[in-house]
Amino acid sequence: MMSGVVIIGAGECGVRAAFALREHGYKGELTLIGAEAALPYERPPLSKAGEIRLIRTAEAYSDNQIALRLGKVVTNIDFGSRLVFLSGGEALAYDHLLFTTGARARLFSGVEGCLTLRTDLDAQVILSRLSPGAKIGIIGGGFIGLELAALARKAGAEVTVIEAGPRLLGRAVPPQIARVLQERHSLEGVSLMLDTGVVGASANQIVLADGTLLEFDAVIAGVGSLPETALAEAAGLAVRNGIAVDGDFRTSAPQVFAAGDCCNFDWRGQQVRLESWKAAQDQGEHVALSILGRSVPYNKVPWFWSDQYDLSLQVAGIFDLGAPIHSRATGDGTTVVFQCDAQQNLVAAAGIGPGNATSKDIRIFEKLIERQTIVDAGRLADPSQNLKRLLAAT
Amino acid sequence: MAWIDACSTNDIDAEDVIRFDHGGRTFAIYRNHEDGYFCTDGLCTHEDIHLADGLVMENTIECPKHSSIFDFTTGEVETPPACNNLHCYKTKVEGGRVLVDI
Ligand SMILES: Cc1cc2nc3c(=O)[nH]c(=O)nc-3n(C[C@H](O)[C@H](O)[C@H](O)COP(=O)(O)OP(=O)(O)OC[C@H]3O[C@@H](n4cnc5c(N)ncnc54)[C@H](O)[C@@H]3O)c2cc1C
Ligand code: FES
Repeated sequence: MMSGVVIIGAGECGVRAAFALREHGYKGELTLIGAEAALPYERPPLSKAGEIRLIRTAEAYSDNQIALRLGKVVTNIDFGSRLVFLSGGEALAYDHLLFTTGARARLFSGVEGCLTLRTDLDAQVILSRLSPGAKIGIIGGGFIGLELAALARKAGAEVTVIEAGPRLLGRAVPPQIARVLQERHSLEGVSLMLDTGVVGASANQIVLADGTLLEFDAVIAGVGSLPETALAEAAGLAVRNGIAVDGDFRTSAPQVFAAGDCCNFDWRGQQVRLESWKAAQDQGEHVALSILGRSVPYNKVPWFWSDQYDLSLQVAGIFDLGAPIHSRATGDGTTVVFQCDAQQNLVAAAGIGPGNATSKDIRIFEKLIERQTIVDAGRLADPSQNLKRLLAAT
Repeated sequence: MAWIDACSTNDIDAEDVIRFDHGGRTFAIYRNHEDGYFCTDGLCTHEDIHLADGLVMENTIECPKHSSIFDFTTGEVETPPACNNLHCYKTKVEGGRVLVDI
């Protein structure tokens, strides 16, 4: 008997996988289970515009015969009998099971009392605190912390960002890019405390490593995220910083797949877990094909963006922050950097500037990375070299 | 609808796009890899982002913001996040000028 595809997690990846299954001709039963009550929405706007934007309309699910089970948590799974159990005790049978359980905000011990941002409900609470003159303390100079800092400044709040490392975005982007953001946040009046450890925090206080106590109207932590793997682990799947998957996004159990923020996969020889909206979509589409038995190599370049004030940042590929990084001398107030490996393969690029000023360049770099193009770094650095023509020549 | 003289054929590089504003509306005019000229609404259907800042590859435009890909000869979405197709407008070339029916 056919029991169809069951997807656990109705976020960006699960939704994309469900629609991709239909677009690629899957006619069987299709159930999308989500712990959150709201119709699946995009997370990126939560920290940028603070607004809710749905991924698809309610009608799109019914038109495509996707059974949405929202507000339902999968509590356990029996791989032997191919059953998933929902909160409330209901059991659902599957032929193929897909984990798209995403990630949750990380909190280290001692800071459990502060706010974090992952869901629409978190955003509601945080936005209600960003009023003119409110003192907002943000722990962590990563993407979410910095986007919230910009949003809070726009709302007229007084903002302090406390970062343990010597610079902002220390794990994610090259220093040339981080510097632009650092200058801009300072210019906008955000108080940046770098090299500053936090040992404790509550709803209204942050305690620094040197014992200093700072008071705020609200404290928000943006200190990374953790893959949502407890269910997978309990069911017996291999988990290594994310649910371990192969090139087809298959897990260690038969007929069971995982994709998006919750999975850990091989990207050109390195095991990675991405936290990227575009990757969640790319992998959702890819895993749909795998479920349908159409295995194709996954060669989508990791890609990420962030918006702060009128600045937009885009990153393609994965930088080795310990290795040399080249700059393309754009000379127009934008910053574009890139990196090649020892074989002169282009491996990563990033750009920042007002609006979409660097997007076309980064898109071309992304395509060169995808094609694993051997490049002459000197030519790429030279702004008189037309990137589009370089791409056409490959 | 009326034919409007939008630009010279040389105003757009091969495989590129320009923004064209007219009557309080904004459009994107494309030249493909075979010197065909096409016109669509100027803003992405995902968010209000000018497609003219995006990358043209043959008959497709990739949105500069979150990489939705549209076929500008039909307006169809090829790759999400956008869900809605772009509206297309007729074009013709006369005496080195690109005319659009908007
Ligand atoms: C505030 C914010 C801003 C962001 N900004 C950007 C950005 O600018 N650019 C970018 O590239 N990325 C950004 N991201 C990251 C991006 O949103 C994620 O990479 C993307 O949402 C991952 O999609 P996913 O489907 O894998 O996981 P998620 O979107 O996390 O969805 C997983 C879903 O699974 C559900 N779930 C988990 N366990 C169960 C269970 N047992 N039963 C039922 N349901 C379950 C969860 O409730 C959740 O709804 C941002 C993230 C946040 C939080
Ligand atoms: S605005 Fe075009 S893809 Fe989002």
